[in-house]
Amino acid sequence: MITLADQLLVLVLLINFILLGTSRQIFSIRAVAVQGVILGILPGLIHPFSWHLVGITIVIIAVKGFVIPQLLGRAVRSAEINREVEPFLGFVPTLLLGAIFTAISFSFAGRLPMLPEHQNYMFVPASIATLMAGFLILTTRRKAISQVIGYLVLENGIFIFGLLLAEAMPIMVEAGALLDLLVGTFVMGIVINQISREFSSLDTSLLTSLKEE
Amino acid sequence: MFAALIILPLIGAAVTWLIPYDRLRPKVLSLFALAHTGITIQLISFTPPASPGGWFNLDALGKIVLLSTSILFLTCAVYSVGYLFYRRERSNRVICVGLLVCLSAASLVTIAHHLGLMWVALETTTISMAPLIYFNRNARSIEATWKYLLICSVGVALALIGLYFLAYSTIVARVEPSLLLDDLIRDAGKLSSGWVHAAFVFLLVGFGTKMGLAPLHTWKPDAYGEAPGLVGALLSGGLVNLAFLALLRVYQICLATKEITFFQNALVVMGLISMIFAAVFMARQADFKRMLAYSSVEHVGIMAVALGLGGKAIFGALFHILANGLTKGVLFLSSGNIHRSYNSKNTDHVRGALRRLPWSGGLFLAGFIAITGSPPFAPFISEFTIVSSAFIQGRMLVGAIFLISLTVIFIGMALTVLPMVMGEVPPDSESTSYRDSILTVGPPLFLLLLVFLLGVWIPAPLMTLLSDASALLEVPQ
Repeated sequence: MITLADQLLVLVLLINFILLGTSRQIFSIRAVAVQGVILGILPGLIHPFSWHLVGITIVIIAVKGFVIPQLLGRAVRSAEINREVEPFLGFVPTLLLGAIFTAISFSFAGRLPMLPEHQNYMFVPASIATLMAGFLILTTRRKAISQVIGYLVLENGIFIFGLLLAEAMPIMVEAGALLDLLVGTFVMGIVINQISREFSSLDTSLLTSLKEE
Repeated sequence: MFAALIILPLIGAAVTWLIPYDRLRPKVLSLFALAHTGITIQLISFTPPASPGGWFNLDALGKIVLLSTSILFLTCAVYSVGYLFYRRERSNRVICVGLLVCLSAASLVTIAHHLGLMWVALETTTISMAPLIYFNRNARSIEATWKYLLICSVGVALALIGLYFLAYSTIVARVEPSLLLDDLIRDAGKLSSGWVHAAFVFLLVGFGTKMGLAPLHTWKPDAYGEAPGLVGALLSGGLVNLAFLALLRVYQICLATKEITFFQNALVVMGLISMIFAAVFMARQADFKRMLAYSSVEHVGIMAVALGLGGKAIFGALFHILANGLTKGVLFLSSGNIHRSYNSKNTDHVRGALRRLPWSGGLFLAGFIAITGSPPFAPFISEFTIVSSAFIQGRMLVGAIFLISLTVIFIGMALTVLPMVMGEVPPDSESTSYRDSILTVGPPLFLLLLVFLLGVWIPAPLMTLLSDASALLEVPQ
């Protein structure tokens, strides 16, 4: 089962690169949805079966794979803007940076003191690499939707690390964190709609009227 | 009782949501705020034991933050009755519901002893405040809301990975895996130090962003500048303290791990940078609400420096939670009145506030005198304690930078505030329907009296509370 989990994590990393390299927002949203579904499957592979676990899996897949992408997709369609044009940093440089960050994550994770039973997993490097990819998307893209996608990828990175902590994080807290993510994305979706109505564009680089004179 | 503290505001939120009349909603809001303050006082005087499992516990640190939040919230709720009357042009349903949800989450932060739960509550306060910053529904407020929402959400997300690292350190150390504060403090000596260090860095950055420590404060001037006065008061006097409480929890764990020096130094450096940033940007600030935002950056800096210094300064930091929170209430509420009256927050247009609005102008001036640390107001006591503690500990450089920043900030703020309140009202000034009334002046006046009272006399129960809380943050002998 562990090898399957590792293979899925490789898929998660690949999706990071797809997100770093694409300009089409509907496509990005679908990619994040796939990433969310993979993350929903992972707990089932590393923990023993329980009904509890089935519930968690269903909720995570529903929220990360369907509800949140649906919210974002609606925002994109209502704004009628479907491309990230002229990001602050081009697609090729961000891809290269993403590759460098992934390499750094692996060497960094190798130095951290791990439990022997977690030693051979890819969870920690995959988590840090995904977190970094999210951060990269968040900081280099202009469009509000792309920034939300970056935030979601960052949250996914944190989620991967959380898989190692099943005993320490009670279900209540996990559910609360997921709910916060959902409501947060919902509010962001509303704000995106307002931005497109107000500026006729989702370009956050137009949001510059507030600064020091 | 703990449950009542959390659930009552939520019931209030549901009730205000259902009320169809704009004029009734702020009154209901005030009633629930009053009930919340009642429960708070009851809880502080007769504290129930920790809940089974240790998830909820109101300790001295939580009490201080809960008390200041509840008082500030009640004042803002009463103020909203008068304030929202002047904003009849739009529905106040969202603002009233958002405030009560935020109050519930804020109370949960103060009583949560499970760090994961505290995180969830803290993130809830962030999200529930976002629609309130967007109250004015224009291009500027949406920009502010977007920056606030995105930067704070990412910041708090980084704090979550910090918490995960902390939890993993318990697993590596083969102690009972847990994120309960009391367990972590008990087992702190055994935790894996590599993970704990990484956790502290992420937690400091995460909660520091939410608190608005420089250089992570970039959302603050925009959000405070565009939000209505009463929302600004709650952001700078309430939410900031909640994030500080989260940092205090991290500090408690740091103390127990005996690796506190690293964290203390980081706090001092970030605090001083915040003060210097504030001093630089405060000068020649043309927007008086943005000026208040930089004042907030300064004061979170002061609290961070105090926490980093340790020793006697801890008392100053804890007292500053109350002093800063309440004084910020005076400033933001009275600045909201001035903004309403002039329909501008640019100091080129706002002149002679003392003539036009003797009460609000006077309160703003008094609030300025208080927040810059002049006696006889409460912030003087906390700032004096912190500075003297720095010099007693022989941290001359820290003390010197601290004092110089305070002086520069005083001058910078005076250059904005004095022309605003003194002088003549410009002849071309827009006339609005706003007049000072008991409902819009009473609440900030009440806060100012409290700030004054705390400056001259600290009641014995509060003194006990403060020293109990300091004891939690001192190196065990």
